[in-house]
Amino acid sequence: MTEPSDLLVEETASNAAAPGAEALPPANPVEAGAPARSQWRDVWRQFRSHRGAMVALVLFVSIILFVAIGPWLWTIDPTFVDYRARNQGFSMAHPLGTDQLGRDMLARMMTGGRVSIAVGLVAMSIALTLGSLIGVVSGYFKRLDAPLMRLTELFLALPLLPLLLLMVTLFREPLGQKLGPAGGTFLLIVSAIGVTSWMQTARIVRGDVLGLKEREFILAAKSIGTPAPRMILRHVLPNVISPIMVAATLGIATAIITESALSFLGLGFPPDFPTWGRLLFDAVDQMQQYPWRVILPGAFISLTVLSVNYIGDGLRDAMDPRIRGR
Amino acid sequence: MLTFALRRILLAIPTLLFISLVIFLLLEASPGDPLGEVPLTVPPEVKERMREALGLGQAWYIRYVLWLKQFFWVEPLYWCDQIFGTSFSAGQQRIISFQSRSPVFDVIAQRLPQTLTVVGMSYLLGVLIAIPIGIISAYRQYSWFDQIGTFVSMVGFSLPTFFTGVVFIIIFGIKLQWFPSIYDTTLRVTDWDSFVMQVRQMVMPVTVLALYNAAQISRFMRASMLDNLRQDYVRTARAKGLSERTVVLKHVLRNSLIPVVTVIALGLPVVFGGALITEQVFKVNGIGQLLILAIHANDIPMVMTLTFIFAILIVSFTLIADLLYGVLDPRIRYD
Repeated sequence: MTEPSDLLVEETASNAAAPGAEALPPANPVEAGAPARSQWRDVWRQFRSHRGAMVALVLFVSIILFVAIGPWLWTIDPTFVDYRARNQGFSMAHPLGTDQLGRDMLARMMTGGRVSIAVGLVAMSIALTLGSLIGVVSGYFKRLDAPLMRLTELFLALPLLPLLLLMVTLFREPLGQKLGPAGGTFLLIVSAIGVTSWMQTARIVRGDVLGLKEREFILAAKSIGTPAPRMILRHVLPNVISPIMVAATLGIATAIITESALSFLGLGFPPDFPTWGRLLFDAVDQMQQYPWRVILPGAFISLTVLSVNYIGDGLRDAMDPRIRGR
Repeated sequence: MLTFALRRILLAIPTLLFISLVIFLLLEASPGDPLGEVPLTVPPEVKERMREALGLGQAWYIRYVLWLKQFFWVEPLYWCDQIFGTSFSAGQQRIISFQSRSPVFDVIAQRLPQTLTVVGMSYLLGVLIAIPIGIISAYRQYSWFDQIGTFVSMVGFSLPTFFTGVVFIIIFGIKLQWFPSIYDTTLRVTDWDSFVMQVRQMVMPVTVLALYNAAQISRFMRASMLDNLRQDYVRTARAKGLSERTVVLKHVLRNSLIPVVTVIALGLPVVFGGALITEQVFKVNGIGQLLILAIHANDIPMVMTLTFIFAILIVSFTLIADLLYGVLDPRIRYD
């Protein structure tokens, strides 16, 4: 176990430095040269054999491209009010129609997606950093284990959705005054979601670290006097990266859903700052006349979440062969 | 087992106290003012007296202890009076809502039946759908039924209820006109017609929530069945000539249900939280909608009490799940 894990440490050290980074497998799996078998190449090969996950990956990447590059190609301002062209259906000028103020829906969908996915990614990174930190610390240092796990249980017992609603309503205005309405809300929502969703990651990581601590290579590293911080960064973290990555994908999905739910309850971003959830919420009043305006943002939310969940499934299967097919 | 249960119950008390403190402090730290809606023409000294009348004059810790006393002592005494006709709570202040000036628990008691019928029905229905699907999916792994089942449950689990709810309203409420799209809570079930009306208006919210719950539970059920189908005791049972039906529905199913039952228990409080959104979609005036209204109106006692009730639900169902696990599975020892 020692030599392969050494190699593995080399391979994954860069990944381990940023556990909240992209949850996708390495971008260029097929390189010319010696067919050295690394763990990540194996994971990628396994991942490719999961058909649903591959379809989902393609879908997710295209949604990302749509919201990231789209606004450069489709240059209509999403907040531009064209009062003569309101409530239009699908046309060449407005492929997805316009809303009740004549704003272009395609442009709004792109910017809305940017915010929604950004919220998902940032909230997930916060939750993941917190969760991995607490998980590793409580698994590695015996003295901190009991208090940190009590803390985790306390957080698990909190009624999260009501508390999120409370936090957002209570602190939206003061933060908005300090940091501007959009920035303040973004910061508030992202940190609120992050702070309330790290518990599962912490528990999983702690369990894995506890198991890892009994292994020989940890003993070997300890016996040559490796200090605790380097132990954690070089030997422990790289070996728990796979549960962290699976948790990351699920984290993106829940964060996107939570943000849309908050927006749907009217407690998300300000109206002139579209997100998918906000677009859906705004369209509900007129769903009798213009059902498409409800269905489109909802479909985008659902497709993103579905693809992310499938990617998580494929990743879990690829990384842990024992649970394949469940 | 008994000592474990006692220890867990004793541990639940500080947990709940801590959570109530967190909620209270969060509300305390909020810049929102319950008197924010009062017009500016009201002179400051009158405003001060209104503040006193709402009980906002004291320091926060005094109000916190007062709230605890009202929640854990005065309210139970009041219920006791209601049931047995005694008068223990005479002259004691109950928790009063800022908005309606009526006792918080009376308002909750009015709203609770709507939530309970919708959420309870949907959870029951979800479980009833999920368990057979999970069994068949696992027993015929990789068959077309399993492929479709896992795909549908993945979709159901990924679609947020506020989207499925709205789509249901568009399709069945507006286009097909099968079901009313808004839940009429003033409806009284008196005869057959009103009963049919009640059922018709419950169909959509219950289906939306039930599909979501079923998606999650069937995934667990399938995984748990798969775990058990590969065990040695299954081979033994088949080898000694038991019928396939007995093997699957008696031996495997019973063992697979153990983790699923705890998942069902753990999921119930989450479903109550999630009903917040479904109630908002279908305009059901249950406790979820009450909470949202109270948050918007800065009604601190109402928000505090409702959120704390959610916390009690979570803590007690976690406890129930833990205990059930020990009761159902004699291999688990809590010592």
